Amino acid sequence: MDRFVWSNGLLEMNETLVIQQRGAKLDVGVVLLSTHRLIWRDQKNHECCIAIPLSQIIFFEEQAAGIGKSAKIVIHLHPASANKEPGPYQHSKYSYIKLSFKEHGQIEFYRRLTEEMTQKRWENTPASQPIPTATGSQAGRTRAVGIVGIERKIEEKRKETDKNISEAFEDLSKLMIKAKEMVELSRSIASKIKDKQGDITEDETIRFKSYLLSMGIANPVTRETHGSGTHYHMQLAKQLGDMLQAPLEERGGMMALTEVYCLVNRARGMELLSPEDLVNACKMFETLKLPLRLRVFDSGVMVVQLQSHSEEEMIASALDNVSEKGSLTAEEFAKLLGLSVLLAKERLLLAEKMGHLCRDDSVEGLRFYPNLF
Amino acid sequence: MHRRGVGAGAIAKKKLAEMSKQLETFKTHLEEFASKHKQEIRKNSQFRVQFQEMCATIGVDPLASGKGFWSEMLGVGDFYYELGVQIIEVCLALKHRNGGLITLDELHQRVLKGRGKFAQDVSQDDLVRAIKKLKAMGNGFGMIPVGGSYLVQSVPAELNMDHTVVLQLAEKKGYVTVMEIKDSLKWERERACHVLDHLLKEGLAWLDSQADGEPQYWLPALFSELSSRDVTPEEANQMTP
Repeated sequence: MDRFVWSNGLLEMNETLVIQQRGAKLDVGVVLLSTHRLIWRDQKNHECCIAIPLSQIIFFEEQAAGIGKSAKIVIHLHPASANKEPGPYQHSKYSYIKLSFKEHGQIEFYRRLTEEMTQKRWENTPASQPIPTATGSQAGRTRAVGIVGIERKIEEKRKETDKNISEAFEDLSKLMIKAKEMVELSRSIASKIKDKQGDITEDETIRFKSYLLSMGIANPVTRETHGSGTHYHMQLAKQLGDMLQAPLEERGGMMALTEVYCLVNRARGMELLSPEDLVNACKMFETLKLPLRLRVFDSGVMVVQLQSHSEEEMIASALDNVSEKGSLTAEEFAKLLGLSVLLAKERLLLAEKMGHLCRDDSVEGLRFYPNLF
Repeated sequence: MHRRGVGAGAIAKKKLAEMSKQLETFKTHLEEFASKHKQEIRKNSQFRVQFQEMCATIGVDPLASGKGFWSEMLGVGDFYYELGVQIIEVCLALKHRNGGLITLDELHQRVLKGRGKFAQDVSQDDLVRAIKKLKAMGNGFGMIPVGGSYLVQSVPAELNMDHTVVLQLAEKKGYVTVMEIKDSLKWERERACHVLDHLLKEGLAWLDSQADGEPQYWLPALFSELSSRDVTPEEANQMTP
């Protein structure tokens, strides 16, 4: 590949790093895009680094991934200029290179490359080291011949893609019109319900809520679903009640909602719960008399806790631990109980709120002491 | 009064029945759409963006529930909910190092790496949408605009305008000093120190008091791959003053 030039891989003055992507292959390496150049650095041997000025790029296109093949970006280049600095090859019969994205990232890389090639920032701020650009009528003539064939190919491909996309968009638009009708209907029903709540049965309200759930329409009647969610959420709540008993016991009776989300969804594998599904199900624990509770701390952290682990017990044990050690930070407390630092901190804050602990807040950290006042 | 009451109730019941019927019809249309274009949504990130924006315009959230039609038939739900899991896990794994603040770029890189070679590619727009959904679960997921992109916050640390502005100032070099804050933002020394102290306490900034000249406040979230190596939790504990 004779367009490349050896480079020390450092950015020149005025050059800014735009995006870098690991796993991009010429061989296995990291490809970096700057405002002036495309740089490739070998992942194993960091000294090996080659670059191409962006001005050498005629155009580039994506090649979708296939079975056993990574997605690629193919970059077509101008012929090398005569005064180019030394590089890995002196001559090459190819006028393009392929970047193979073994660790993905091609969507963003393609987008940024498009941006840089449109903005052509290298023309405004020349980098301090002279970068060879394609010039001269000789280069121009060979360029014309190569380009025509390439351009024809893009045009065909674009027409084909356009056709597929425009059909998809058309169908999508028609679908959205129908969806909009549903939204309007649901709003008019909601206003009727609000006016004369007594005439609609509890069952019908629940039915209405499940319709809204199916369509993804926000409930316009009550912002909260507390106390009477849909049957789906009730079912979910019971499942969670079973599923979370053991994990909660192991973790001192409390888990952050994000932890629960990951645990449950990893176990499901598919037909995952949305964050809102989880929250709405947890809100039903109390109504369904399940032994779990959803709790929101002052900081906004949401947790699921076992009902058996009462507040007083938690605070008392926090006080014991702190008294025993003289003082504790959230990290130390977390290690002691095998809790996450986040939840350990919440317990200490709770005990402080109840007046059993007081704090020493410095840049070295937040430390809690028994409250002797 | 009584008559009006009965009338309104009856109309509502009738509309409810109508909605039920229309829902069935809609489901059929969606199934048809899915059979033709499900692949398009999976593979084409631009199409996903269009789809999401159109839904938002008409007042529909296709990601509200895994039980929704959109999720069940188009499979959009699983794509974003799984992404949510991956985002949470990456943020959790790096919290000891960056205090719960990470650039969208780095998050993107790490999520891609975790997904492996055979998984569907994801764009930054996909990440942003997944993060917006995560906010429902408390825990302070948020996005702070910085230097043309975003910092993703995954802890409930309170960050007000002052903190955000200092983060933005630090973005260029990865660190900031009290002098720089006073010069650029025209703040008093006390205000600058107050903000920097808060960032230190929350674990978002590290203090380099041995730097030439003024002490430097570094933000691990802004370290780029070019100038850092990974730190283990033990090392991180030793580094805090």
